[in-house]
Amino acid sequence: MTETLKELGDYVAQALGSSVLKAEVLQGELIVTVARDALIPTLTLLRDDPKCRFEQLMDVCGADYPERAERFEVIYHLLSLAHIRRVRVKIATGEQTPVPSATGVFSSANWFEREAWDLYGILFSDHPDLRRILTDYGFEGHPLRKDFPLTGFVELRYDDEKKRVVYDKVKLQQDFRTFDFMSPWEGMTRQILPGDEKANVASPPKPEGKA
Amino acid sequence: MPEQQIKNLTMNFGPQHPAAHGVLRLVLEMDGEVVERADPHIGLLHRGTEKLIEYKTYLQAVPYFDRLDYVAPMNQEHAFALATERLLGLKVPARGQYIRVLYCEIGRLLNHLLNVTTFAIDIGAITPALWGFEEREVLMEFYERASGARLHAAYFRPGGVHQDLPAGLLDDIHKYCGRLPKVIDDLENLLTENRIFKQRTVDIGIVDRKDALDWGFSGPMLRASGVAWDLRKQQPYDTYADFDFDVPIGKTGDCYARYLVRMEEMRQSLRIIRQACEKMPGGPVVTDDRKVAPPPRAEMKRSMEALIHHFKLYTEGYHVPAGETYAAVEAPKGEFGVYLVADGSNKPYRCKIRAPGFAHLSSLDFQSKGHMLADAVAIIGSMDIVFGEIDR
Repeated sequence: MTETLKELGDYVAQALGSSVLKAEVLQGELIVTVARDALIPTLTLLRDDPKCRFEQLMDVCGADYPERAERFEVIYHLLSLAHIRRVRVKIATGEQTPVPSATGVFSSANWFEREAWDLYGILFSDHPDLRRILTDYGFEGHPLRKDFPLTGFVELRYDDEKKRVVYDKVKLQQDFRTFDFMSPWEGMTRQILPGDEKANVASPPKPEGKA
Repeated sequence: MPEQQIKNLTMNFGPQHPAAHGVLRLVLEMDGEVVERADPHIGLLHRGTEKLIEYKTYLQAVPYFDRLDYVAPMNQEHAFALATERLLGLKVPARGQYIRVLYCEIGRLLNHLLNVTTFAIDIGAITPALWGFEEREVLMEFYERASGARLHAAYFRPGGVHQDLPAGLLDDIHKYCGRLPKVIDDLENLLTENRIFKQRTVDIGIVDRKDALDWGFSGPMLRASGVAWDLRKQQPYDTYADFDFDVPIGKTGDCYARYLVRMEEMRQSLRIIRQACEKMPGGPVVTDDRKVAPPPRAEMKRSMEALIHHFKLYTEGYHVPAGETYAAVEAPKGEFGVYLVADGSNKPYRCKIRAPGFAHLSSLDFQSKGHMLADAVAIIGSMDIVFGEIDR
């Protein structure tokens, strides 16, 4: 399975030339990273080429890596029913740079892209209807970004005097608690503590015979 | 007669409407009684599951999956467990895998019983729901006996299942497999050849093979359009490869075909359940890797190490090596996928949940265009949508 996926990755990289930045097989899954502008040709090739035939776009999602220069990743999961395999196409984008919309290639991209816009603020050019989809009417911000707090900024309550629902700023009864489990002193990581370096070194053989 | 200007009517359907299957708000542009455009507004049940999971350990994330598609909770947990196991490189003992298959199929029965009968309510038949829900209650008791909860089970954990089945449960499930076909027959007697039911479903919302693929359909929706695709057969996970069952395919791709596919899937699920009860191997139900699964309670009374493991697992959880994976299962509604990105800490970095209903509902505009308002209701009913998973 891994070999055929690797072959497919090489084939796609060859067909698209320099716009494929990386094609690798990890955990038995093929991941193709392409340049942003080459997204539509890539998806079209993957769908129409007889060697690929990825007829279905199962999922589009965003991911946020704030430490990168282009902080967002957009991930497309494609499924080939003919060859029974999957491929993951990845592109990188920033807050301002739009991604070409895949709605022209796969209709299912429509709502998935709206979701990525809603939750991450990833812009899609040529999208027919780029509105928010999951969050409330009039919601501000993009909640799945890493710099968006888990508790949000506003909360709802019914105001008895105004006879309607109003938004208030979130008031926390106690501070939001986070623990640093990556510290070698507190976490169950595989880091080696100072002094433990020899813990796994085989102990020298015991001298033969009775002392 | 003077010329009259007719304006399209915009109509609000839901979010509080029994045929909206939850909290669907549908803005319909009507030309008389014909739907010109359907604009589903979703998100009224959005709870930010994906964001919450980023702040929880892998074990704490499991119960969130019950609350997605609350009609068949364990099928969702399965996808997450498979994704985590793949990143951890874990192997699940045979008995654990068989129990998972068994309960996934019970989940499929739960889901199809609910969907078929509420679909019948939507188009005017009350009795199937009364019969179907009685059976669901029995099936949920099986859930309860295994996990302690009727709905939010949190039973499938990365590494296996939480605990072994109680004595006698397998016999009861096996006995029940003999009873349910009678109920399915009764439901079929009421619906399959029913003139009203057929008038409301045949040739309504036809989706052909090409469009079904284009719109990202999966599960019974895809099979009703004539595509032979079932992840349990094509990409078998756990021990599905050991089971003998058929995958029903629809011919017409309309609401009636979807109903027929679901009815036949119930019978096939029963076949799998029966085989699982008969073939159930002995042995442990969860991996013996103590860095992932907790030690047995008896051991904790004697072993200091077991006690430490238990404490660490239920406070800090386990660290999953950095990597990413996409695990998909054939949930009753279609392909339920989890895209999991781990960064080496004890919490997922990103956990995208791919709900089958989301893709199906996005095609509502395409499916209901040109149909009557009442047909839009039939289409929604046949799509099998549950807002827990669509809104996440």
